[in-house]
Amino acid sequence: MSGGTSLENANPVIFERSGERLLTATDEDEDVHDPIDDREIFDILFLTSINDPEHPLSLEELNVVEQVRVKVNDAESTVGIEFTPTIPHCSMATLIGLSIKVKLLRSLPDRFKIDVHITPGSHASEEAVNKQLADKERVAAALENSSLLEVVNQCLTTRGI
Amino acid sequence: MKEALTLVQTLSAHPDSRCWFVSWNPTGTLLASCGGDKAIRIWGREGDSWTCKSVLQDGHQRTVRKVAWSPCGNYLASASFDATTCIWKKKNDDFESLTVLEGHENEVKCVAWAPSGNLLATCSRDKSVWVWEVDEEDEYECVTVVNAHTQDVKHIAWHPTQELLASASYDNNVCLYKEEDDDWECRATLTGHSSTVWSLAFDASGERLASCSDDRTVKIWKESPSGQGDLSWKCVCTLSGYHGRTVYDVAWCRLTGALATACGDDAVRVFKEDEAGDPEQPVFSLAAQAPRAHSQDVNCVAWSPTEAGLLASCSDDGDIAIWRFHQEA
Repeated sequence: MSGGTSLENANPVIFERSGERLLTATDEDEDVHDPIDDREIFDILFLTSINDPEHPLSLEELNVVEQVRVKVNDAESTVGIEFTPTIPHCSMATLIGLSIKVKLLRSLPDRFKIDVHITPGSHASEEAVNKQLADKERVAAALENSSLLEVVNQCLTTRGI
Repeated sequence: MKEALTLVQTLSAHPDSRCWFVSWNPTGTLLASCGGDKAIRIWGREGDSWTCKSVLQDGHQRTVRKVAWSPCGNYLASASFDATTCIWKKKNDDFESLTVLEGHENEVKCVAWAPSGNLLATCSRDKSVWVWEVDEEDEYECVTVVNAHTQDVKHIAWHPTQELLASASYDNNVCLYKEEDDDWECRATLTGHSSTVWSLAFDASGERLASCSDDRTVKIWKESPSGQGDLSWKCVCTLSGYHGRTVYDVAWCRLTGALATACGDDAVRVFKEDEAGDPEQPVFSLAAQAPRAHSQDVNCVAWSPTEAGLLASCSDDGDIAIWRFHQEA
């Protein structure tokens, strides 16, 4: 998973960023239980932005993750994310998936089960990448690897809004 | 009659980290735990409660994934993501690091002693299984490296009486090994799981093997007679529909025959076999469960080797839980 110098996809299609979340009256009421919803996960991922290692744009702008592909069930403490790599052979797919997973692991309460998958049909090694991302032992070992962790953290660099 | 799982005690074993594995010593007086904090803790009973007796801290540079007691109870082996296996010697209440086994290319995922205590097996993400010979001077020598799997090897378990070794892998298969002319060889590959096999356990007699998987099932395998010298094991039962996520561990009680599972859905479950069942088609039913046994994934279950019904579990929440599986009054 080393970053090459030449871009695999030099001219990605750029999508517009969706608007800011609209606050409702209950959002600021501390007495109302505020379940975590799809939009919140989306904001966790994109207001701080995950950078595609190949492109200095956010994943949302590259359409790597769409809001419709985020599924949250607060009552059952599950979060499912489907992301779409920019091209079907993108070698960065595992790294992008790992970065999304790490971002959510760091942001959400521990009770959540986080499943990160590639959007069906969007990548040549979809099954292999999904299996790797689902293996918590491999993820734990990867995050103890300081050079890999550095790359992940670079992907998760906070971008100014 | 109904059975139940009752919580005896919760131990904050590896706080702010995950507890990966627990292992009872052969006499059931000590429980060893290991975790993401790179530490090993030894727990002992004081009256009715369990307390930490020692902390083994400087053996590993990364996560300690598994721990295993030697059959004599005087040695503890620990497998780590730092690619090494440590052997610890028990001295009264303390443990000293005796030797470090090196050789695997990357994370060591499991370590297990053969029932004789003269052999030790390790497995790794490097896809290999190593068999080590132990002599009287506490020297360890690798006798065989077997590459029967195509992906990382998650777990290994020895047959309770024979020198037969089983391994579980990310390649969805289980392999069985026997010694042949001083060399260990894969003699059977058990296919059937549709995703990573996380763990394995033999029953008390060693005639059957239970495996658990990311495919959310548990399979029971039984040796079947074969004409040739090769081993032949067949799947005689699949437990499906019970587990909501990956089944990370399975433990077969040597005293009662009860089968416990550790699952990524935070639950601990205990299954019992119908006594009237056909041995070629055994039927297991759910006898008891603790749906919220832990607040996160349950990684391991271990039955006490000496006290029937006493079960330990551990979790990503860093805790160990001690349970009693018993008839409901």
